[in-house]
Amino acid sequence: MVSANNELAYNTKIEGEVIVTKADAVINWLRSSSIWPMPMGLACCGIELMASGNSQFDIARFGAEVMRFSPRQSDCMIVAGTVTYKMAPHVRRIYDQMAEPKWVIAMGACASSGGMYRSYATLQGVDKIIPVDVYVSGCPPRPEALLDALIKMQAKIRREPSARNLLASA
Amino acid sequence: MTASADVTAALQGKFPQIAPRASGDHPAINVPLAEAPAVLTSLRDEHAFDFLVDVTAADWGVDTSPRFTVFWHLFSTTTHAYVRVAADCTSDTEPVAPTVSDLWPAANWHERETYDLLGITFSKHPDLRRILMWDGYPYHPLRKDFPLAGIDTPLPDLEVGDLTGATAKPAPMMGGPFVASAGEINLTDAEPRAKDESWTERREKPASE
Repeated sequence: MVSANNELAYNTKIEGEVIVTKADAVINWLRSSSIWPMPMGLACCGIELMASGNSQFDIARFGAEVMRFSPRQSDCMIVAGTVTYKMAPHVRRIYDQMAEPKWVIAMGACASSGGMYRSYATLQGVDKIIPVDVYVSGCPPRPEALLDALIKMQAKIRREPSARNLLASA
Repeated sequence: MTASADVTAALQGKFPQIAPRASGDHPAINVPLAEAPAVLTSLRDEHAFDFLVDVTAADWGVDTSPRFTVFWHLFSTTTHAYVRVAADCTSDTEPVAPTVSDLWPAANWHERETYDLLGITFSKHPDLRRILMWDGYPYHPLRKDFPLAGIDTPLPDLEVGDLTGATAKPAPMMGGPFVASAGEINLTDAEPRAKDESWTERREKPASE
């Protein structure tokens, strides 16, 4: 008699409750699947950032739905909007307050390059003050573009030598 | 069009130095700067212009004298009429104007903005600080001698400036400012674009220009 396979989850009995893998793979899997964003919504891109959290686009599919308004609890600063010179030091200070490891997405034309604001008041790209991992084009970008940036950043995180970095800093 | 006859005439009876001002829309009057608070008080209390719409100023150019003119836009919520009051500043280098924040509290932030962007000092203003640019910014950006791209200035937070090496640099205009073509029927051709695209961030503008 043939019984149906009713196992819905990983059967640890096969390998004797042991999983063999690489430290990098585990660490990067954890990190890339639970990116908690710091929503630095400074202009209209912030509206698209909010939209990408809604059920139509559902940023939770990528584990990044936990928008944290405290830099201490967030992993990825999403700079969504125009960074004025008056705001720039505050953006840098919030970035400095985020715990390692941390990443930055420059969302939209303004955060990436100053966009259409070629003027005395606007920082010409947030990469002048903080290191940026992924740039998103658009004015403002569609939520899909932000999700694509998130997927690209996950791919980037999965390539990191995390174990070596952790041992080096320990 | 000039100020509606009744308001202008009534004001001129009390303030003989008032003159009608050429205007494309609403009635407008020229007043001497020293009399502006008295005229505005009269407009508010005797002519029902109870609503201050705007306080601003104009810079007519570095070589013009008088260089700065302060404007007050008033509206009447009972007669639904507008009036514009203009007064030339006496000094072309250190323009000073009287505050009306005691007449309309709304003038407080308008005057701070005018001070910030055009450098008009409003005497007896209760709290004359910059409102848009950061405290300590050395220029007044809407003056005609200030370039749109800006002038190299340290960031408002010196610690962050030292850490990042960033300053408020002149923005690369990439041949801009970007100007729309007026009268162009084809909307693609009418898109705003730079008139001179020969220089960029990497290839700096030739010094001869």
